[in-house]
Amino acid sequence: MPTYVNPDKCDGCKALDKPACAYICPNDLMALDPALGQAFNQEPDQCWECYACVKTCPQSAIAMRGYSDVVPLGASLTPLRGTDSIMWTVQFRDKRVKRFKFPIRTTPWGTSEGYEAMPEPDVSRLRDPHLCGEETYLGVDALPVPEGSAR
Amino acid sequence: MNPPEIEVVETDLLILGGGMAGCGAAYEAGYWARTQGLRTTLVEKAAVERSGAVAMGLSAINCYMGMQWGENQPEDFVRYVRQDLMGICREDLVYDIARHVDECVHLFEKWGLPIFKNEDGHYKREGRWQIMIHGESYKPIVAEAAKRAIGPENVYERIFVSHLLKDPGSGRVSGAVGFSAREHKAYVFKAQAVIVAAGGATGVFRPHAVGEGLGRIWYAPWNTGSAYSLPIQAGATMTQMEHRLVVTRFKDGYGPVGMWFLLFKGKVRNAYGELYEETQAAALDDFPPYGNARPIPTPLRNHQMLLDRAQGKGPHYMRTDEALQALTKGLDPKAVREIESDAWEDFLDMTMSQALLWASYNIDPAQLPSELDLTEPYLMGSHSSGTGAWVSGPEDLAPEGYFWGYNRMTTVPGLFAAGDGVGGSAHKFSSGSYAEGRLAAKGAIAYIVDSHQRPEVDDGQADAMVDSLFAPYRVLEDSQGESTRAEVSPNYFFPKQGLLRLQKLMEEYAGGLSSNLMVNEPMLLRGLELMEMLKQDMDRVAARDRHDLLRCWELRDRIWCAEAHMRHLLHRKETRWPGYYYRGDYPQLDDENWRVFVNSSYDAATAQWTVGTAPYHSIVP
Repeated sequence: MPTYVNPDKCDGCKALDKPACAYICPNDLMALDPALGQAFNQEPDQCWECYACVKTCPQSAIAMRGYSDVVPLGASLTPLRGTDSIMWTVQFRDKRVKRFKFPIRTTPWGTSEGYEAMPEPDVSRLRDPHLCGEETYLGVDALPVPEGSAR
Repeated sequence: MNPPEIEVVETDLLILGGGMAGCGAAYEAGYWARTQGLRTTLVEKAAVERSGAVAMGLSAINCYMGMQWGENQPEDFVRYVRQDLMGICREDLVYDIARHVDECVHLFEKWGLPIFKNEDGHYKREGRWQIMIHGESYKPIVAEAAKRAIGPENVYERIFVSHLLKDPGSGRVSGAVGFSAREHKAYVFKAQAVIVAAGGATGVFRPHAVGEGLGRIWYAPWNTGSAYSLPIQAGATMTQMEHRLVVTRFKDGYGPVGMWFLLFKGKVRNAYGELYEETQAAALDDFPPYGNARPIPTPLRNHQMLLDRAQGKGPHYMRTDEALQALTKGLDPKAVREIESDAWEDFLDMTMSQALLWASYNIDPAQLPSELDLTEPYLMGSHSSGTGAWVSGPEDLAPEGYFWGYNRMTTVPGLFAAGDGVGGSAHKFSSGSYAEGRLAAKGAIAYIVDSHQRPEVDDGQADAMVDSLFAPYRVLEDSQGESTRAEVSPNYFFPKQGLLRLQKLMEEYAGGLSSNLMVNEPMLLRGLELMEMLKQDMDRVAARDRHDLLRCWELRDRIWCAEAHMRHLLHRKETRWPGYYYRGDYPQLDDENWRVFVNSSYDAATAQWTVGTAPYHSIVP
């Protein structure tokens, strides 16, 4: 189900240094048509339908249409992604509608903690099997070793 | 063609790929490198925020022990993985993932990943090894922590890495070469150690849909196999490249089935209402001892469904209707609504197309069942299959012969692997791949600290690689005026045409779905002859623009994977994983002779492959 771009909504992200969809697409599909100044999917048959561009588009200009080998026309699936949750609107081919809302993150963006609660790295421990922070975050007192292990 | 700009980047640790394994590597490296004054650089062909197999999100973390609550111990996990893989896994690597994976999940939660909880505060389980998450932003959260760990200035995005550099004297890896997908520019990265954390291989076999749905496959289509092609070309020993993956999924949307099987206790019935696991139960007896042990291995469950199909019993349906009606019977509307929401979220977090397909077919899962199907084959090391590099295990538990200096180092000094790229270490999924990236990074930093001296970069070697990057532009330039239609030329082809040629070859000679997953020696030998011609013709693959150029190099990676796969299939003279593939000339599983790893290496100087076996050593009874 490749993405398609609504020409009435896409402004080519003129206010940004690059179009948001082209920045985010994991498969290098979304590109700017230089003549139109609008985005398009340059290789629809390589679209995974991951919705990365749909979710990120500041104009909500990108949607998904079921891939033509299989999918009947008429349904739609539309996300609205906020900072802590995402809302999905599912419209069936027969026009029934369902809505779902799910959390996506419990902390503010940009705040993931680094190594603040961990001891300073000790180079003499580079050859031991412990990863950083395991003394605090592993959840058990000692790193397991199989009984009668070879070494 | 104008000469490209060339940027040389000097770093210490180079991480190739910014998926779960690459982000794990960056996080661990950031910790150990900072007091050593070492620079870590991560290179990704897309944007790390949405790259790799988890780009779309996930609804479950499929590898979590729960050691803090005494739920599982690493020994339990090793036994489970060994059984699912029908006797063959690197137990030291699997154990190592298990003992480290819990901490990774705890870090994800601390950073803000929402995890379902039970009333007692424990993570809600979907199955014995799986926990449920609200994972729409799983990858952006993990990416944020990785970038902060090594500094965003050390993350190079939209760069495709095509070659590894090696010190001609010592044989150490010394860096990598690639090109920008956004500018006319080549990169030469010079490093003391390299971690290949790239993706497994999709698109080697023909998918179910070959029109607009060519890319709407199960595993991420941007995983084009550089986890294998890079180490292969550098001469690293590879293992289990024959060990492909085929899984049962919701038909045409490839939606996950784990929640339906494990949490909702859904049943799969054939068109006549029978349970194929019952009608085909006797087939398990043909593959002792694994067929008679539990849980039934993934390939054997495929095998049973294939037998049912061959007897004209399809299609097969996941009876979502029966499962949901049983679960919601007598519940109040709010509780019913919660279960419905969980069922939809399972798709909306990680395979939105399947939800759109439900809507397009007017399927309400509480009322109507949905068809299941087997996927096309994939090559990957993180799910129920173990293709990848042959790496050193951890020093404290690797058996004799499985340890050579640094955890997760390949047989090329200084070259490490993680995630899909490590062979024999299956069932790690997202969280275990992250753990493995961290293990590889710690090993690589130790290697750098011990080495004292940077490896040499052979500038002639690097220049030749840079020059080769843009050959597809020259092919097109040199072939103008030969045809009035660009797509039909006697002298070149475009990467999409080459991809379809590869897929047809593999489908027909290496056991694709339409060949009933069947191979034998004559088929494989003919396939390798045809592959040789395809490889020769790759000198004639043409690019019109940077997007084409990217596809040309991705195709090259897939071809390396395909060839390795065929050579390994040829070597293993038994049918180890019925339901993944069948050797028609050796239809039985043969534990006496073949409970061994099939290992290969490629010598770039002679263009010769060597394929042999390595013994199996167990660490868990």
